[in-house]
Amino acid sequence: MILHRCVIDCTFFTRKEILRLHGRYHELAPHLVPMDYTNEPDCKIPLALIVNMPELKENPFRNRIVESFSEDGMGNLSFNEFVDMFSVLSEMAPRELKAIYAFKIYDFNVDNYLCKEDLEKTLNKLTKEELTPEEVELVCEKTIEEADLDGDHKLSFADFENMISRAPDFLSTFHIRI
Amino acid sequence: MRRKTKLPGGVEEQTGRSWPRNVVAMMMRMKARMSLLRGREEEQPIRRKEAKPRTVMRRTVMWGKERRERREEGRKERRRKKKRRPRVRRTPLNSLTVVYAGFDSVCPFLPSSSDSNSNSSEEEESMSEGEMARLMEEVEEKKKLIANIRNKPWRMQRRLKLLKEAQEFVDKFEGALGKGKGRKWYAYKVMMTKKWIKFQRDFENFRTACIPWERKIKEVESHFGSSVASYFIFLRWMYGMNLVLFGFTFGLVVIPEVLMGLPYGSIPRKTVPRAEQDTAQDYSVLMDFNGYCKYSVLFYGYYNDQRTVGVLKFRLPLSYLMVGIGTFGYSLMLVIRTMAKNADVGGGDGEDSDFTFAWKMFTSWDYLIGNAETADNKYASITTSFKESIVDEQENQKDENIHLRRFLRVLANFLITCSLGGSGYLIYFVVKRSQEFATRDDLSWYEKNEMEIVMSLLGLVCPPLFETIAELEDYHPRIALKWQLGRIFALFLGNLYTFLFALFDEVNTKLEEEQSIKNASIWAMKEYYANYSRLMNDSEATPPPMDPADVIRGPCWETAVGIEFVKLTVSDIQVSYLTILIGDFARAVIVRFLNYCWCWDLEAGFPSYGEFDISGNVLGLVFNQGMIWMGAFYAPGLVGINVLRLLSSMYYQCWAVMATNVPHERVFKASKSNNFYMGLLLLVLFLSLLPVVYTIMTLPPSFDCGPFSGKDKMFDIIMETIDLDLPAFMGTLFSYAANPGLIIPAVLLMVLAIYYLNSVSEAYQNSNMELKKKMKMARDEEKNRRNNADTTNQVMKDLEDLLPNRSLIPPAPPEPEKPPEQEPKPKPTKTKPGTAGKGVNLQKDVALASSNPNARGPVSRPPGPRGPGPGPGAGPGRGRGRGPPPR
Repeated sequence: MILHRCVIDCTFFTRKEILRLHGRYHELAPHLVPMDYTNEPDCKIPLALIVNMPELKENPFRNRIVESFSEDGMGNLSFNEFVDMFSVLSEMAPRELKAIYAFKIYDFNVDNYLCKEDLEKTLNKLTKEELTPEEVELVCEKTIEEADLDGDHKLSFADFENMISRAPDFLSTFHIRI
Repeated sequence: MRRKTKLPGGVEEQTGRSWPRNVVAMMMRMKARMSLLRGREEEQPIRRKEAKPRTVMRRTVMWGKERRERREEGRKERRRKKKRRPRVRRTPLNSLTVVYAGFDSVCPFLPSSSDSNSNSSEEEESMSEGEMARLMEEVEEKKKLIANIRNKPWRMQRRLKLLKEAQEFVDKFEGALGKGKGRKWYAYKVMMTKKWIKFQRDFENFRTACIPWERKIKEVESHFGSSVASYFIFLRWMYGMNLVLFGFTFGLVVIPEVLMGLPYGSIPRKTVPRAEQDTAQDYSVLMDFNGYCKYSVLFYGYYNDQRTVGVLKFRLPLSYLMVGIGTFGYSLMLVIRTMAKNADVGGGDGEDSDFTFAWKMFTSWDYLIGNAETADNKYASITTSFKESIVDEQENQKDENIHLRRFLRVLANFLITCSLGGSGYLIYFVVKRSQEFATRDDLSWYEKNEMEIVMSLLGLVCPPLFETIAELEDYHPRIALKWQLGRIFALFLGNLYTFLFALFDEVNTKLEEEQSIKNASIWAMKEYYANYSRLMNDSEATPPPMDPADVIRGPCWETAVGIEFVKLTVSDIQVSYLTILIGDFARAVIVRFLNYCWCWDLEAGFPSYGEFDISGNVLGLVFNQGMIWMGAFYAPGLVGINVLRLLSSMYYQCWAVMATNVPHERVFKASKSNNFYMGLLLLVLFLSLLPVVYTIMTLPPSFDCGPFSGKDKMFDIIMETIDLDLPAFMGTLFSYAANPGLIIPAVLLMVLAIYYLNSVSEAYQNSNMELKKKMKMARDEEKNRRNNADTTNQVMKDLEDLLPNRSLIPPAPPEPEKPPEQEPKPKPTKTKPGTAGKGVNLQKDVALASSNPNARGPVSRPPGPRGPGPGPGAGPGRGRGRGPPPR
């Protein structure tokens, strides 16, 4: 496949891995995805199919992950975006890159700020809504207080990166093996 | 000059536009490249031809420069460009257009940078010189971009497009991208990195898999919090330690005796006496560790006093003593080392990190989880850990009536001291009474068992009482646990005291008894021989040795003590297991199933499910270990029993806690270090060390049993070894070493060393605190200073690009003109070649450059999203750093 040359340069995968990824991609929707990519067909797989992959199925943020990697924001992924997603989530990707996408993922309302609303959603997804509203309130407020450097009561990317760059297990947890 | 910085962008633009904007099919491009590669040889002659005009140009370029300088530079240049130059010229047409494009963009600016004619030649020269360099740089930059494009937070489509452009650009000027060798090498490096990472991962997995019960404990932790898990971690640690002790005892004492010592039944101490033989195999007798058990390798009395055993001449008695002392030495060392290590961890921050909640929020989910069950556990553990932190936080936020609180705490402590004093007196009273009873025979059942009954009643009533009183104090649960542990520990010390008291009573009576039996035994032996010779009427004949079962024995107090400890341990095991079975399991079963047909809600109401009793379990473990330390010298088998106990209890309790208990109402985080448990353990270790050392040093060993029989004191065995086995000068050396004149200075020295180290550690602690304070101040300052979110940086722009449907919007055109007030950049050609490639890092530098207070103006407007503005590094974004300091 010719496509790989370029894709290899754009991702952290080897040729073999990309082929395997394509296999997986094809598997998701055999009727939609052609095996032949010479003409760069324009096909996309909808979110509902992708989040059912075993790698993503248990992830509370699966929808957000797929959405933030999709061009249209709705979670329809072309193969390139699909590869891009797993490339960023691979363990070879540098912290800066991962931080950017982590920020995107946690930014539920897509306004490039993590506001309280986003944090509440994140927390509820993390705990399966087992905390009481007061506890959620407390946690969100503490989080903002801790990480907000510019005092606007929401986390900009600079705040987020400053916080995440010191987190000890961010790199080890923010990756998916495929 | 500033135009020159601008130039690369200009070139890029022009060249970029000269090619079709639409994405060229990759295949086509690749084909083109292939043909290019193939065509390289054919091009060679052309290239050589091309070289000539270039040299001419170079000559003109060098016109007017100082000769020496020129020659040097020329040489350098030539060396540098040797490889590159021919390639640049490979596709003459395109490169010419590019060069012209470059000229176009440079030429109009020429007059503005220098309007005098005097240095026009110089200008021209630097222009074309710079031109070449810039071209090179451009190519380098593109190559860097190609290498780094995977690190860019761009949409795949944009990335592909840019990559394609860059590759085409590079192809134009350099032929095939990179040198084949370099590319291979790079691929190899990447592969090796991957392999290495995989290896590390596997190794890490392997190491985690090697830690016993890690998964079990993690599971408990995720549901019950780190405080309950800390008990299991303590249990595991204890198991490890006991395994080592077990290794020592069995490897150096028990197994040599079994393999190389005399077999069972050969000598009196290894034989069941005739009087006991009928009942020696009864179950009840064996359960009391009498009969065959008593005369087995489990107990002190079985060991022979031969100096050496077997062909190896293994010095068993010496080994026995050494193992006895070594047990304590090893335990002491291990406990202290663990404490030191834990203190290190505790001191190493992390507990009071600045980002407790933020990190929990954003890094606690493990994206690797792909298994539903694991995911459920993870949810539970995240919830638990949030709850733990919330409890901590609420504790911090609590503002309260400090006077009332203080008063209540004093009151609670007063009450607890009273009850401790009361129970202490009760124990003392009962022990006194039992001594009185010991002389009497007509005892009722109650009087016989009074002490045990009182002790167990105390143990039953006091801990809940303490817990109730502790409610008054309203401490954080973690601190409350410590207080509870300390108080129950004090109570249990009474237990220990009574036990030891009774034991020493018994030992003393046995010792008195022994003297008379020893005489009787010797007398009986003489009698036996006398009778034998009289009956045989042959004083010369050596009589056959007396049957070992018939020999009159001493009471062998060491074995008695050993049996006492083993019995205690076993009954402790039984009690604790039964408690779990009845108190937790039966309760859970009843609550669970009777709830269907009961008049109130059993699960939520009165009996409910049990909580895991951390303090009771930890103390049980600690005191059990005390028993082991005390008893191991008299019953080597005790260590083995204990290992079995800990092993089974690990599984049993893990099951019990998961199956029958509910988490605490306020799940709290265990303190980072388990040092409180360790401290208790250390105290118990000292307490159990004392009686053992006392008996070794002062009491005479039994005359007819154990490895030290026949000696005055147990430690005589060491003297004997020094005298007989070591060369003579060692003996004198030891006698010198035992000289008080040497010992007192040594002790003094140690005291001084302790004092010194203590003060040093205090100083370190102070400076540590100071540093922490400073860090906090720095952080606050940073917060204040960063009042402005710098939205004009690249990352923000990238982020905005990642908004849906944005990737193919062409990057904002570079600003046509720079603000005139801007200073010219001093060295345009030296702009870092990595600027394009390291976009992210660079931005980060910009964003985090808070250490330079001049970097940013004061806040004037709230930060907000920003439309497609000037490109990175263009115009104001760059200029800002150069502006006058705002303050």
